[in-house]
Parts: sequence; C-alpha cells; structure tokens
Amino acid sequence: MLGYTIRRLLATIPVIGMVALFVFCLLYLTPGDPAAVIAGDIATVDDIERIRHQLGLDQAFLPRFWVWASAVLRGDLGISIFTNLPVTQLIAQRIGPTLSLASCTLIVAVLVAVPMGVIGAWKAGKLIDRLVMLFSVAGFSMPVFVLAYVLIYVFAIDLDWLPVQGYVPLQDGFWPWLSHLILPSIALGTIYIALIARITRAAMLEVLAQDYVRTAHAKGLAPSAVLMRHALKNAAVPIVTIIGIGIALLISGVVVTESVFAIPGIGRLTVDAILRRDYPIIQGVILLFSTIYVLVNLAVDLSYRFFDPRIQY
Amino acid sequence: MSAKTRSALLALWFLFAAPAGSLMVPSALAQQKTLKFVPEADLRSLDPIWTTAYITRNYGYMVYDTLFAVNDKFEVQPQMVDKWRLSDDKLSYTFSLRDGLKWHDGQPVKSSDCIASIERWAKRDALGQKLADLTEGWTVVDDKTFTLKLKKPFPLTLDALAKPSSNVPFIMPERVAKTDAFTQITESIGSGPFKMVKEEWVPGNKVVFVKNTDYVPRQEPPSWAAGGKTVKVDRVEWVYIPDSATAAAALNAGEVDWWQMVPPDLVPLLAKNKDIKVENTDPLGSIGILRFNQLHPPFNNAKMRQALLYLVNQQDYALAIAGDPKQGKPCPSFFTCGSPAESKVGSEILTGKRDLAKAKQLIAEAGYKGEKIVVLSATDQPIVHSQGLVTMELLKAAGLNAELAANDWGTLINRRAVREPIDKGGWSIFHTWLVGPDMTNPAINYPMRGVGEKSWFGWPTDPKMEELRNAWFDATDPSQQQQLIDAMQKHAWETVPFIPTAQFVIPTAYRSNVSGLLISPVAFLWNVEKK
Repeated sequence: MLGYTIRRLLATIPVIGMVALFVFCLLYLTPGDPAAVIAGDIATVDDIERIRHQLGLDQAFLPRFWVWASAVLRGDLGISIFTNLPVTQLIAQRIGPTLSLASCTLIVAVLVAVPMGVIGAWKAGKLIDRLVMLFSVAGFSMPVFVLAYVLIYVFAIDLDWLPVQGYVPLQDGFWPWLSHLILPSIALGTIYIALIARITRAAMLEVLAQDYVRTAHAKGLAPSAVLMRHALKNAAVPIVTIIGIGIALLISGVVVTESVFAIPGIGRLTVDAILRRDYPIIQGVILLFSTIYVLVNLAVDLSYRFFDPRIQY
Repeated sequence: MSAKTRSALLALWFLFAAPAGSLMVPSALAQQKTLKFVPEADLRSLDPIWTTAYITRNYGYMVYDTLFAVNDKFEVQPQMVDKWRLSDDKLSYTFSLRDGLKWHDGQPVKSSDCIASIERWAKRDALGQKLADLTEGWTVVDDKTFTLKLKKPFPLTLDALAKPSSNVPFIMPERVAKTDAFTQITESIGSGPFKMVKEEWVPGNKVVFVKNTDYVPRQEPPSWAAGGKTVKVDRVEWVYIPDSATAAAALNAGEVDWWQMVPPDLVPLLAKNKDIKVENTDPLGSIGILRFNQLHPPFNNAKMRQALLYLVNQQDYALAIAGDPKQGKPCPSFFTCGSPAESKVGSEILTGKRDLAKAKQLIAEAGYKGEKIVVLSATDQPIVHSQGLVTMELLKAAGLNAELAANDWGTLINRRAVREPIDKGGWSIFHTWLVGPDMTNPAINYPMRGVGEKSWFGWPTDPKMEELRNAWFDATDPSQQQQLIDAMQKHAWETVPFIPTAQFVIPTAYRSNVSGLLISPVAFLWNVEKK
C-alpha cells in the first residue's frame, strides 16, 4: 500500500506538469491580454503596446514559458499583474474561505444525504422513499443561484437570522464564522445532497438484496445494525467515489456561490483573474486545482481498501 | 474518561469554544465609526497613473492629494498649494505649498515630490503631455516653493494640474514618483485624508482605509475635489460585492452603509425601505458613446457615419441604459451637457425627427455594398450591452448587414485595439461610456481627436479637428474658447468621430444614518458622517 501511494504521488508530477503546459498554451493562444485592461478605457494602442512590452507579453512562447516554469519549480507562482501581490499570497488569502465553504458543504451533504439514501432504500417504494426521490430531483433541478437568493430573502432579510454576505475568519469567532457559511453551504450543498442520496439509495438497494443481508436479518440482528454494519459498509465504495467526484465538482460550484454570497474565496479569485486576463493567478489557481483533484482521487482510491479489504494495491 | 477522549474534547474546545470566547472581548474596532461602502468596482491596481480605471482614480482621491482641484463651478482652486503667482510674461508659475502637508509616514511633503509626481503623470496623461511639451523646466526654490517655466504661455496650466478625472495628477513621494510611468508602483503612501491599511487589503473583496489624523483640511467648504476634506469617520471599508442582488440585500439588511452605484432595476426595491435613501449625487453623470472604426469599410466613409445620426434616438438609448427617464436623458452635444463646454450647435440633427429615408439615402450615396458590420458588445457590462442591442436594431432597420459580437469586457477592449479588417479579427462599432468630467473640454475629450493611429480606438484622421483643438489651447478669452468649441462640434457633425448616445446617472443608495454625501462626479468619502 505504501509503495502504491508513493507511486501514485510520483505519478502526479507529470500530470501536473502536463496541466501546467496545457494551461500556459491555452492562455498564450487566447486572443487578448491584460495590457488593454490595465490601460483602461481612455487609452491608445500605443499605451497598450508599451504596457505589453513592459510586462513581457510581447515575448515569444518559449522564453515566457521558461521564465514561468522555472519559477514554478522554485515554488514561485509569480506576481499578479494587476495587484502586484504574489500569487501565493493571494491564494493563501483566499484558500481559507473556500476550504471553510467546501468543508461545511461536504459535512452538510454527507450528514444529510447518506441517511436519506439509506432510509430511502430501507423504505423503498414507500412514501418516505418517494419524498427522498422528490427531494433528489428538486435538488438537481434547482440552480444554485436561485436557491441562494431564496435563502437570502427568507433567512437573511425576512427573518434576519443570518448575514446576507461576506466571510469572517474562524479566529474572529466560531459563530460569526459559521453564521456566514450556513446559507452558502445549504445553497451549494443541496445539489450534492441530491447526488449522494441517489447514489447511496441505489447502492444500498443492491446490497440489501444480497444473501448475507438476508442472513443477518435471519440471525435476529436489529434492522439498524443490519443497515449500518452490514449493508452500508458494503455499499460504501460507490458512495465514497461519488463524494470524491463531488469534491471535484465542488470546486466549480463554489464559483457561483462565492459570487452570490460575496465570499472572497478561490472561485471568485479565478473568475476575476479570467475576466481581466491576470495570467499568473489563472495559472497558479489551475495548478492548485489540479493538485487537489489528483490528491482527492488518490485519497478516494486508498479509502476503498478501508471499506473493502478484498481490494489490494 | 480515556486519554483519547480527553484529547478529542480538548481539540474541540480549541476549535469551537476558544474562538467563540473571543466574541466576549469588546473589539477596538467596534468602538470605531466604520463606514462600509460598496464601490463601483474591485480595486485592482494602486497606481492611478499606471491605469485610467475609475476605481483606481477614486482610490487615489482617498490616499493622495492634488496641487489644485476643480470645484462645482468648474473653477480651479488651490488644494495642496497655498499661494501661486504667474509672471507678467505668462511664462513662469511659482507655487508655494501650504503648511502641515505630511506623507502618511510622517515625512513632510516637499517641492521635489510635487515636481516628480507631475513629471510622471505628464508621461501618461494626454493633457499632461501637452503641458510637458510646453514646459521648459521645473525648479525647486525651497522645500515648499517651486516654479514651472513654460516655452510659451499655456492658459490651461492650472486646469491641467487640477484635472479631476483619469489620469488625475496626484502628488506622491518623490522616490515613488521616480518609478517609470509604465511600471506599476507598489506603495500606498500619500498625503491625502485617508491612509490605506495595506495589510487588510484583500483584492476582490475588501480595501480598508483609516482616517489620516495628520491631515490638515483646507478651511473652505468641500466642493467636488476642492475645499476642506474633513474626514468624519474613523475607518472606511470598501466592500466589493460583485452580485448586485446581494449588494441590495446587504444594504437592506444594514450590513453595508452606502452602495455607490445601484443598477436601475433595483432602485424600486431599495426605495421601499424607509431606512434607505436613493439619490443622484453625480451632477454630470456619464455619456454613452457609439464609436466607429474609421480605418475600414463601411464606416471609413463619413456618409455612413452620418446616416446613423438620422437613426439614433437618444431617448431609446437613455431608457435602455438607465431604465428610468429620471436617470437618463438625451445629450445632443459632443461635450458633457451641464458643463460650460456644452454646445448646442447643430444639435437638431439628433433632436429632430428620426429619418430612416434620409439614412437610407446616405447609405446609398456611400456606396454600401453589404459589407459585414461587427458591433462589439460586452454582456458583463450592462451599459455597454444595452447600447449594443439598441444599435443592432437601428442597423437592421436600415438594412445593414450587422452582427453582434457579444463577449466579456476583457475581450471587447482587446478586440477594439485590433486595427485589422473584420475578416482578420477587426470590428466596426463598439460602445462604451465616459464619466461627464472626461468630456468637459477639448483637451480631455479623447474621442474627438483626429490624429490617426495615435487617436483613441477607431483612429480617425481629422486635421481640421486638430487645428481647431490647438486653436482652443491657445485661446485665452472664454468667449473665443466657446466659439472654437462650437466650431469643433459643427465639424464633428460632419465627420462624426462618435455619436453621444445619452447622458445618464447611476443612482447611489445609503442608509438613513449616513449623511454628508457630496454632490460630485466622484464618490468622495470625506465629509460623510455615520450616526
């Protein structure tokens, strides 16, 4: 297992290298650059050319890639063209809110969705199962921003229970931190609850039809013990897989949620950087995302062995 | 209790209870008067000379000060300058700085700082370049006195030093102002009424300023960028909220105090809340612009551009941009309506009956052969996009082969810099808008210029327009200046460098416990109180 983990970690290096090259090529080939954005509305083409030259954007592909790639190898993601701040500093500023939002969303999603799916499977075909399915369909169908506005209107404006927007770091207090994350987590988490609940229900239905489950019932075990100890553990592999995929999807989902709730996270940093063509930030963030993807996939693969000892690496 | 359980409980306490406990400690911040302000855009750059972005200009007004400033009567008033005099031959200005000017690091503001700042600004700003062309030299007399020697009299010298909008000649410390004008500065040390707290700056989210307690305001009442800049709060937080519905909700809930620019569709929602005031505080508003590419067919032909003058209905554009007749109105002038330069010469071409037949006749005379017309638009800029949609309807009504290229603003401003024909990525028309102060006289009205490739995007070549502009620079008599402005406008109706589409105001909204907002083209934060 250790050997497998090391091999997988080593394999991430060429993957991230390829991602870096791909992203650099993509940005290089995309028409336009930040010089026009910097120059502003009242500028001339000469102003733009001069800024382009100053930023080195008029250089050929290879010298530019070499400068960037060699800096990345030294752990330097570069300086934001607009804010003049190091990309690592900007990411460090933004990672906290995004991690907080993503973890709260995942916790909410798993805590709600897995029991929903289990109950749905257990009471398959009954009213409660139909309600679970109804929620799943509704959760999939409701766009994040619509739900977000509804939640803001009801809980922040009408009832005045929770703040509308913003983010407060955990060190400024637990409740201020949590209160700013409740609505965004529900808005973002609903689709994941729907997704995980459906997969859990399907996996559980398959497992509940197995002979060993019938045997467990025949032994006189309590239904809860059968469900939790025998069925859920054996249904865990697809559930963990979908949670892993959910983490990847979450990264794209936070973009909308962070914009609606004005949370200064990585998602908004990425969108803002794309809109103004701030290349060092875009490249840095995509490298970060690809690393997270690779590590999450590795963690999911490794967790299979915990749930199913038959799996060998 | 096992050791494992105890450790887990301890970890939980650290995670949850300890931070929660911090709520019990009264924060020093809570004692301060903090004004939470939602600005028009995210502050991306700290160099108001490096970029012309209005948000950076507004930041500049917080942190820096200017030698002179314009008041609400368009009069130039001394600001950092205490006294000034002009020699009899009108070639030499002497400026004395007022007492008590200090940088945010406590050092005194010196003459050399002012000279270095003006020289850097003059390398980027068109009016500054004009001043630099006529400058023989700057001389430091002493720490608080300096002179400007001109090659020939330039009546607009003080107007240049008081330029109210981008690029504003802000005064910076000499070591900062020595930075190349095309390289962004990194420091935020000014002598203005606010200090930026750079450690709390989160780009894309929050900019924090505190009151500069060393700042000595002038005694005169505040008027635009002139007069006493008295700060009446301890701290200002610019909270950037990209989503307008969220910003409205935040203002409704009292999470922010002042939202600078409210989209027209959200005004009725905010107006329902008795704790919120919605007002127009910008006396000049902004001017919508329809700009042609004069390098390529079909708009390299003046008759094609003239044809659109008979189609454009400024009421339609005003309504499309502002959504409410109270916020938008026609402005049939190439110079900002409401400013002294507003001209009514030839305006009937835009105010008269719209004449599709006349437009079609001009299009036929221009020999239009169905060439493709590409109208650039930016869907993330409602003011730009709404103009683009109206223009598309006009072009289609006139039977022109028009296509809307709708992208984001970043793409638009890159594509409009392309001088190639349409089949090589070029364009025919784009829209934008400029704030009123940017079009109040020929010196700063860049879309009027006709210097070919050195012109603003669209690149008209118009020697007569340049001749009139240069004559205006040399004119000393206000009536002579206005005659030249009228002549420029008369000529512009023939050459049509652009079409002003409407004049509009974006309303501002604030909580009723906020007062003292200045009526001004820029949202200044001095004089604003919060109860």
